[in-house]
Amino acid sequence: MSQATQAVGSDERVKQISSLRKALIRPELGGMCGTVIVFVLFFIFAGDSGMFNAQGVMNWTTVSAQFMIIAVGACLLMIAGEFDLSIGSMIGFAGMMIAIFGVTLGWPMWAAILITFALCLAIGALNGYIVVRTGLPSFIVTLAFLFILRGFTIFLPQLIERKTIIGGIRDAAEGDWLAPIFGGKILTGLFQWFGDMGIIATFTRGTKQGQPVVEGIPMLVVWALFLVFVGHFILTRTQFGNWIFASGGDAESARNSGVPVNKVKICMFMFTAFGAAVFAACQVMEFGSAGADRGLLKEFEAIIAVVIGGALLTGGYGSVIGAALGALIFGVVQQGLFFAGVESSLFRVFLGVILLFAVILNTYIRRIITGER
Amino acid sequence: MSQPIIQMREIEKHFGSVIALAGVSVDVHAGECHCLLGDNGAGKSTFIKTMSGVHKPTHGEILFEGQAMHFADPRDAISAGIATVHQHLAMIPLMSVSRNFFMGNEPIKSIGPLKLFDHEYANRVTMEEMRKMGINLRGPDQAVGTLSGGERQTVAIARAVHFGAKVLILDEPTSALGVRQTANVLATIDKVRKQGIAVVFITHNVRHALAVGDRFTVLNRGKTLGTALKGEISPEELQDLMAGGQELAQLEGSLGGTV
Repeated sequence: MSQATQAVGSDERVKQISSLRKALIRPELGGMCGTVIVFVLFFIFAGDSGMFNAQGVMNWTTVSAQFMIIAVGACLLMIAGEFDLSIGSMIGFAGMMIAIFGVTLGWPMWAAILITFALCLAIGALNGYIVVRTGLPSFIVTLAFLFILRGFTIFLPQLIERKTIIGGIRDAAEGDWLAPIFGGKILTGLFQWFGDMGIIATFTRGTKQGQPVVEGIPMLVVWALFLVFVGHFILTRTQFGNWIFASGGDAESARNSGVPVNKVKICMFMFTAFGAAVFAACQVMEFGSAGADRGLLKEFEAIIAVVIGGALLTGGYGSVIGAALGALIFGVVQQGLFFAGVESSLFRVFLGVILLFAVILNTYIRRIITGER
Repeated sequence: MSQPIIQMREIEKHFGSVIALAGVSVDVHAGECHCLLGDNGAGKSTFIKTMSGVHKPTHGEILFEGQAMHFADPRDAISAGIATVHQHLAMIPLMSVSRNFFMGNEPIKSIGPLKLFDHEYANRVTMEEMRKMGINLRGPDQAVGTLSGGERQTVAIARAVHFGAKVLILDEPTSALGVRQTANVLATIDKVRKQGIAVVFITHNVRHALAVGDRFTVLNRGKTLGTALKGEISPEELQDLMAGGQELAQLEGSLGGTV
């Protein structure tokens, strides 16, 4: 038994794994590569189109942030082994609720926002409850809610106001304490200073003369970064994060080990709904109106961002940072094609192609991790 | 001999009109490996499920460390120190060994109001425990999916031992393994036994049982045919007891005695 005394930590049967291969099996890899490629390409082809001046940067940052807000929830939910196809409808529904409560019914805006969040969380919990109780695929359950919520979003404003768009939200939110959390901008002083110093351009004519072209960082972006940070922290650094992985990896095994799988899944459905509500609140504050068609197809865009970010559709594996990078790629390409003067319908072609590549790459990575052949 | 850590007395279990166990008595001592043998349908699974609190016995009593126990559910049995490693291992292939090791029992490190998963502690303990069992991991972040079946078994056993099992029930741990991996698992059982833990080893493979077992109890059609000590019984006798008689002897004859 001379082999038993060999140096600790080395085993002749365990092949040393190269650091490259090790880097390769990080879930964020696809997202990181994609981000670099996308930025290099647009620097080359759209570098002088204004995409990378202050306004341009703010443009694609905002769009990416929108994707990020919904992608974080979708990512954690997917890692926990479930889908939510009702995200898009939830966005429309939440926006409409804020408008109905805050404008039509004349409630103070903060109350309208809070009741809307409560409603969304309750619907998210209901989604999750039905999924864990019936054992049905979340795909079907949330598909039902996609239609149910969208139906109400179109029906309710028609019933109450005889139209499908409710405006006047900005006036109703004037002076409210909660509304700026979603519709406000931060660091406006800094950007004014940037403008004065000539670091970023200022308006040269009109009522805004002298003001910088970018007034500040929208709260939308702050929310996106905040949710990414919180999501990443929970997933990687807490006990609950381990439960999320376990629930999606193998629910039965997790249950046998004492993980409250149902609770975890319901929480993740609620978190996804929360993301949709944040998205909706930011959007209605920015637009000043709520429309019945808001958030259309957002559920798929969220899922695509998550998959580009390296999460497995089957659950149990993924990364919030990856999903955030997926959202960034999404936003940069969507706006970048516009800056580069490419026909915007080609964006969908790009989306399909990159989705396919991402899924193939993820499957390959999964094989490496699990050692399947 | 000292007092048994767990005693099952005249256990009967009926499922409706089916009598799965018809009065089975087994006692297990700390630091021994008690093999429970039996063919498919002999009642092995029902018996260990009764022992681990999944089923309640219809008749009979369970004494744990001399006291009568009534387990309401498996959690009760686990907190009393009876751990079961099922064939379905409760391991998640995509997760790292250390995350699996502490699944459901995550070590917590508090920083102010935040309660964090103490990865440092988890990684260190996982590496230590696995080394004790003779498995050198590439790292604590290695995914369980890359381990062999025998190594996964060993992780599951090490996990049960680390979390304070006094009685370790192994449900057919060698049934799907190759020769080399089986040897590794049997060696692990031996190590666990030497730590003073009572091992209940369920198998239908006589050779595996004889390799590590101290005592052998054969179940057949819901009844025990007595408990034999190591050295008192030959592999052929065990095989006959399991099969419950003549047919296998004849079959064995035609196969040249290799079953």
